[in-house]
Amino acid sequence: MTNAALHVEGQATQHALHAFVHDAVASGATHAKGQQHPIKLYLVVWGWLFVLSTCSYLVDFFGIHGHLRWSLILLFMVLKAGLIVAVFMHMAWERLALAYAILLPPVLVLVFVGIMVFESDYTHLLRVMFFASAS
Amino acid sequence: MTETTLATPKASPGTIPGLRGIAADWASDQRAFKHVSWGKAMMWIFLLSDTFIFSCFLLSYMTARMSTTVPWPNPSEVFALNLGGKHIPLILIAIMTFILISSSGTMAMAVNFGYRRDRVKTAALMLATAAFGATFVGMQGFEWTKLIMEGVRPWGNPWGAPQFGACFFMITGFHGTHVTIGVIFLIAVARKVWRGDFDVERRGFFTSRRGYYEIVEIMGLYWHFVDLVWVFIFAFFYLW
Repeated sequence: MTNAALHVEGQATQHALHAFVHDAVASGATHAKGQQHPIKLYLVVWGWLFVLSTCSYLVDFFGIHGHLRWSLILLFMVLKAGLIVAVFMHMAWERLALAYAILLPPVLVLVFVGIMVFESDYTHLLRVMFFASAS
Repeated sequence: MTETTLATPKASPGTIPGLRGIAADWASDQRAFKHVSWGKAMMWIFLLSDTFIFSCFLLSYMTARMSTTVPWPNPSEVFALNLGGKHIPLILIAIMTFILISSSGTMAMAVNFGYRRDRVKTAALMLATAAFGATFVGMQGFEWTKLIMEGVRPWGNPWGAPQFGACFFMITGFHGTHVTIGVIFLIAVARKVWRGDFDVERRGFFTSRRGYYEIVEIMGLYWHFVDLVWVFIFAFFYLW
């Protein structure tokens, strides 16, 4: 009696599991068809990338110098990188769990940049004090 | 008791949107990346590791350039070309940038047509992407030849700080290698698309897994990343 009940329960569990797995596969399949965006979107982004590249080239062509040059280069660079990652690589449509896992770690490289700025300032100072006058 | 919990798979936390979804996905005691196949997630994680490699190259370049007491060669002049009797600064690099961006555009459209199961257009756009990539590598070969003829070496050059050559060959060489591998990868996948492997779900010769059009998107991720790296190299090495 108890044996039969267990058996029935086991069957029901297995059935539910099947339904669950089937559901998961189905949702995966619909997603695979899901990355559908109009071609126009890609053409518009392509156009913007051309415009931004031209702008960053013009910064050099017109010989803009100093802080304006560096901030313009960084601005165009960040805009281009953002467009490529968000639209071409479809990051804008991914779940945030993936987006943050991939996009946050590179931001931490900025800490490394800070460390190396101090380090190279120090090296530069030593070179100026002890070596530069010799040459 | 267990029956009821198992019978309600709809309560799986994969559907919570927004910031709460991050915690729910990572704490779900299942796969953390919902609705993303393992192939795509692994490509993203590979690209993350590649990001760190290129970050280290650009960082070492920054350190060399900031700490040297010798003036850095002016890239605007070094990479200038004489075209039609005119001296145009940085023109070769600008053309290379436009070529790589165009290849990214054709790749994005190839992914789109792949999911529409348009076999011929997908393969054609991927081959166009590969052609742009090969052109880019060719122009890089021309650039390397020109600089080597002018006397640039990893240990010195005629214009200034000797580290210029080492940084240049290391960064552009590693990027060029990525482009070359991408071109080979593109041609291999384009051949499969053209043959209809992903329509009949033919099994791969190495993995024996069924092929899907998703590989075009995964391939696309790699290719866009190569373009993305060039955006940073263009800004920091050529324009700065």
